[in-house]
Amino acid sequence: MAAPRFWRHIPARYNLIGTKCLTCGEYYFPPRTTCPACRRAGTIEECKFKGIGEVVTYTVIRSASDAFERQTPYVLAIVRLEEGPRLTTQIVCDPDEIEIGMKVCSVFRKITEESPEGVICYGTKFMPRGDLNE
Amino acid sequence: MSIGITSYGVYIPRYKIKVEEIARVWGDDPENIKSGLMVYEKSVPDIDEDTATIAVEAARNAVRRSNVDPKEIGAIYVGSESHPYAVKPTATMVAEAIGATPFLTSADFEFACKAGTAAIQACMGEVAAGLIKYGIAIGSDVSQAAPGDALEYTTAGGGAAYVIGKKDLIAEIEDTCSFTTDTPDFWRREGMSYPLHGGRFTGEPAYFKHIVSATKGLMIKVGAKPSDYDFVVFHQPNGKFPLRVAKTLGFTKEQIRPGLVVPMLGNTYSASSLIGLAAVFDGAEPGSRVLMTSFGSGAGSDSFSIVVKEKIDEMRDKAPTVQELLKGTKYLDYALYAKHKGMV
Ligand SMILES: [Zn+2]
Repeated sequence: MAAPRFWRHIPARYNLIGTKCLTCGEYYFPPRTTCPACRRAGTIEECKFKGIGEVVTYTVIRSASDAFERQTPYVLAIVRLEEGPRLTTQIVCDPDEIEIGMKVCSVFRKITEESPEGVICYGTKFMPRGDLNE
Repeated sequence: MSIGITSYGVYIPRYKIKVEEIARVWGDDPENIKSGLMVYEKSVPDIDEDTATIAVEAARNAVRRSNVDPKEIGAIYVGSESHPYAVKPTATMVAEAIGATPFLTSADFEFACKAGTAAIQACMGEVAAGLIKYGIAIGSDVSQAAPGDALEYTTAGGGAAYVIGKKDLIAEIEDTCSFTTDTPDFWRREGMSYPLHGGRFTGEPAYFKHIVSATKGLMIKVGAKPSDYDFVVFHQPNGKFPLRVAKTLGFTKEQIRPGLVVPMLGNTYSASSLIGLAAVFDGAEPGSRVLMTSFGSGAGSDSFSIVVKEKIDEMRDKAPTVQELLKGTKYLDYALYAKHKGMV
């Protein structure tokens, strides 16, 4: 990913900054500037998601493009955030640990680095909750 | 008004490797290594973790353990000898990831394993001068040792962040004293993957001389003697060195044990003494007096005299303790370890 494109998405990637429609209460991630339900009646406000959610479904990636090859096998999942929106994210755990319905929380990790010379893209992934407090 | 620590936060990767597993690969006697170093296992960063991600997680835990609004943080300094970029500060990633941007100053600090405590001193100065309300000082490292080097048994990953301020102190910093000389005990040239060290030379003229001098200097400054402290924490490249320096200075095993984290963690370099201090805070009663002295090759030591305040009882449980972070471990074999370290 080119540096400028990555840079524009830093608030969403680092801190799960999305939007909320104050009119109907719907949350959006990635952020939307208009509410598709309320259209012009909708008032959109920036909001920071808590970073707590649940695994809806997942797949284990065993073969990936060059940028992600070193991380294989890894878990890619759709997570439903507590506030409602769903997002596709990597889950930081071994493939034999993941299960549907698992509670997860956000962590800050390296997403990819194109090359030893290139920019390092950081962002949010999720990990099973309770790892720290078992 | 006094200056001190408003909050602290730690992060330790969940992967570990045991000394036995490394010894198996190199044909060393594990019992020999364990009794020689007093290190039994060490943390290993995940494939997608580095000094920046560890610094962010530690800083987020420090913010969680406080009532500080990230926008009130006027300075972020990250001490490390394994910054991910040669040019592009780790502190900028941390500032963005905890929501402290854009009106703050930040920089990366380098002084081998004492860059994090130098960062605390810089924050203390700015807080004292009234330039900032809060500053965050971080020590974070994912240091590497050449495969087969004796250092491979101890080099670990971890981070600790301290919010320095005047308000809502969980601990007051009574005073600090530093001792610095030009001593080539351990170094890494630009562009080289692994550090070189002066073998035996790293002991007496480096670690011991600097820690003893800074610690004695501090105790003279505050008019204290070893028995005036409840806890003492030293830089922990292994388990033996801090115990020996404690004995030399006249501290007891009881004073040093609560902050001695290296046996089950390894040497986390810039985070080493700072994680030790956090382990003390995790259990210390208000009123306890703590002495901490870091050491960085090159060489220098920063020593701090600290008194724990009542506020700690209210804040402690808002973020994970060092012991909690050391639980839930997954053990790696050497092949997976090598992959994690990017050696294969
Ligand atoms: Zn709406």
